[in-house]
Amino acid sequence: MNVLWLQSGGCGGCSMSLLCADTTDFHGHLSSAGIELLWHPTLSLESGDDAIACLQSVLAGRTGLDVLCIEGALLRGPRGTGAFHLLAGTGLPMIHWVQSLAERARHVLAVGSCAAWGGITAGGDNPTEACGLQYEDDRPGGLLGAHFRSGSGLPVINIAGCPTHPSWVIDTLMALAADRFSSHDLDPLNRPRSYADQLVHHGCTRNEYYEFKASAARPSDLGCLMEHLGCKGTQVHADCNIRLWNGEGSCVRGGYACIACTEPGFQEPGHAFNETPKVAGIPIGLPTDMPKAWFVALSSLSKSATPSRVRQNSRADHLVVKPAVRKTRLK
Amino acid sequence: MSRLVVGPFNRVEGDLEVTLDVRDGRVDSAQVNATMYRGFERILQGKRPVDALVYVPRICGICSVSQSVASARALADLGGLVIPPNGQHATNLMLATENLADHLTHFYLFFLPDFVRPVYAERPWYAEALRRFHPQTGEQMRQATAMRQRWLTLMGTLGGKWPHTQAVEPGGSSRAIDAAEQVRLLARVREFRVFMERQLFAAPLEAVATLDTEENLWRWHAQAPLSGDMRLFLTLVHDLSLQAAGPGPGRYLSYGAYPTPDGGWYLPGGVWRAGGSGTVPLDVGTITEDATCAWLTQPGGALHPQHGYTQPEPDKSGAYTWNKAPRLGGEVVETGAIARQLTSSLPLVTDVVRRHGGSVYTRVLARLVELARVVPLMEAWLLAIKPTEPFCVTTEWPDEGMGMGLTEAARGSLGHWLTVQDGRLARYQIVAPTSWNFSPRDAQGVPGALEQALVGAPVLPGEHTPVSVQHIVRSFDPCMVCTVH
Repeated sequence: MNVLWLQSGGCGGCSMSLLCADTTDFHGHLSSAGIELLWHPTLSLESGDDAIACLQSVLAGRTGLDVLCIEGALLRGPRGTGAFHLLAGTGLPMIHWVQSLAERARHVLAVGSCAAWGGITAGGDNPTEACGLQYEDDRPGGLLGAHFRSGSGLPVINIAGCPTHPSWVIDTLMALAADRFSSHDLDPLNRPRSYADQLVHHGCTRNEYYEFKASAARPSDLGCLMEHLGCKGTQVHADCNIRLWNGEGSCVRGGYACIACTEPGFQEPGHAFNETPKVAGIPIGLPTDMPKAWFVALSSLSKSATPSRVRQNSRADHLVVKPAVRKTRLK
Repeated sequence: MSRLVVGPFNRVEGDLEVTLDVRDGRVDSAQVNATMYRGFERILQGKRPVDALVYVPRICGICSVSQSVASARALADLGGLVIPPNGQHATNLMLATENLADHLTHFYLFFLPDFVRPVYAERPWYAEALRRFHPQTGEQMRQATAMRQRWLTLMGTLGGKWPHTQAVEPGGSSRAIDAAEQVRLLARVREFRVFMERQLFAAPLEAVATLDTEENLWRWHAQAPLSGDMRLFLTLVHDLSLQAAGPGPGRYLSYGAYPTPDGGWYLPGGVWRAGGSGTVPLDVGTITEDATCAWLTQPGGALHPQHGYTQPEPDKSGAYTWNKAPRLGGEVVETGAIARQLTSSLPLVTDVVRRHGGSVYTRVLARLVELARVVPLMEAWLLAIKPTEPFCVTTEWPDEGMGMGLTEAARGSLGHWLTVQDGRLARYQIVAPTSWNFSPRDAQGVPGALEQALVGAPVLPGEHTPVSVQHIVRSFDPCMVCTVH
């Protein structure tokens, strides 16, 4: 399966993350699954003319293109010209290259939230007219248009995240290579269900603090980050606390809020990233699928029942009160 | 005279184009084009100051922690925060993890693959280079990529994830390290030490870090010229005369790397000049950015970044890049590991730069020596953490004020300057390492460091993407995505 990978309006962090894939043999891991990189900006030998020749060979139909991976937002500015990124050595806007190559591709992957929705690059007043391949924030459209379908008949597969987890990308590529990926494997935002059917909350190590609404007040506190520090993990689709990052990590395990980086429009939340917006003391963003009245009732009950240990530890950066030692047998 | 437009360069971070005028088989003049504009400095305007901590790491996927540290320091400057020792150690550890990962990535994944090109097929070392350094099949590539993955698991524990590690706070780190983690992290750093000592150096780190003269370096090389990848690199240097390739401007800038708890630096910064008598203090007030050759407006001439601004002017005549031209006291400077080793007075790098100046050889050598020098520091920082003491302090942010945050990324000096009015960011300016190294010409027409370094590079008959140019470009370890923030 031939894979061509191009970067535009982004940071390159999804490629850097990809290289953190949990394998002792990165290239062997891909090649044993039948994945061949035609060209990748970080990994290939070919530069300059050789790289352009590779793109031209695809456009001319001499080289088959099974998967086109795009990393970074598509920069349409200034004034729709695409001149905010002309691909080096070609004098042509990158959006032109992406549109032409997408027509040749059996599958098109948006790697990262920039390529999926516009992402961080579309922040503020979106000075570069950035958009995703098939979305602009949560609005279908983007560079290729809402009706675009790749050669396989699928829409753009949005492997959203900022950055993406390496195995979200590799699992998807391997499923495509094995011809085990269909429209049923996409969620309503065309993200692979293999990671997007979980919530970041699932597997969160702060769960005891969450249960008792024992909340962190400042960075490095051990408590739950939802009530005060802006954490959206109970609403955000991704398996970050099940499929961990860089060994043992995740954002909330690192002591900071889930900022919903897999969701469209996360870059402009309408509130400070590290503060939870509330109405009458109740967070506006309640856990997914949970009625507000239930949340309010459960919260007040659990707050009144918070063990002293949990309350004290929630406002400390290490365990100040250890769990009591108890016998767990019946006798 | 003929003209070559070279690009896309891969194995640099981001997109890069270089225009070369070639005369008699040599580069006569060069223009460096950072081909993309992203507008972070505009995106940040009007944001709450601490929201910058979400946006700025996403300037760059390879120097992400460096961007976070610069921003956190600018905010700490704004709020008058002093980081507790644990927070300083944890931040240094995260920054060093990234910087050393970047050095490893640069050496193996970005720089060395160019030596397996067919143009070198007749060289005596070619078969060995191909076996070790082919980007897909090279044995050392496989091992280095696996080591990089393993190394970056430090970040999972220290900061949750990498890149875009938001554990970096103005007041320290949001991730306290407990005693058990201290032991595990130390074991992980020692794994890296073993990789370096077996694969890269084939020698103890301390033996490499204490090589004191070029003569002793080459004597060490001669003991076993093919043993370890650093010695094979030196073999390439000797055979291809890389000591003469890509001469830099002879002036070097470092802001100082890795603060000590008492306010000093583990690798002190400053300015080092060829022919001078050592490191002199840096006057940050003399930093300016000149947009003469950038597609950006510049009504009032070059500006200090505390007063700078960024407004695209895509049709500007005479412009050829999205990068501004930073200058120190009006002069072009080079930044990177070579500058850090010079300003912190490492004898070996001082000796080789006195003999050869900045070059492909000395830039890469400085990175390798830095790897040997910083790993033992990381071991010491891990041992210095006191798990029951605080990792982070907080403050109330003023509604008005200014802040400056300086740090050393893998690639060199990174600065953030911010101004807050009415509780919001009114101005945010970023000067990245590659902004310095890959600067365009300034108002006086003086070319930037790479533009100077490329002059004289050989262009072989039939070459459209000259291999000499690729070595020189990649010797700076450019990060274009930082440059085009």
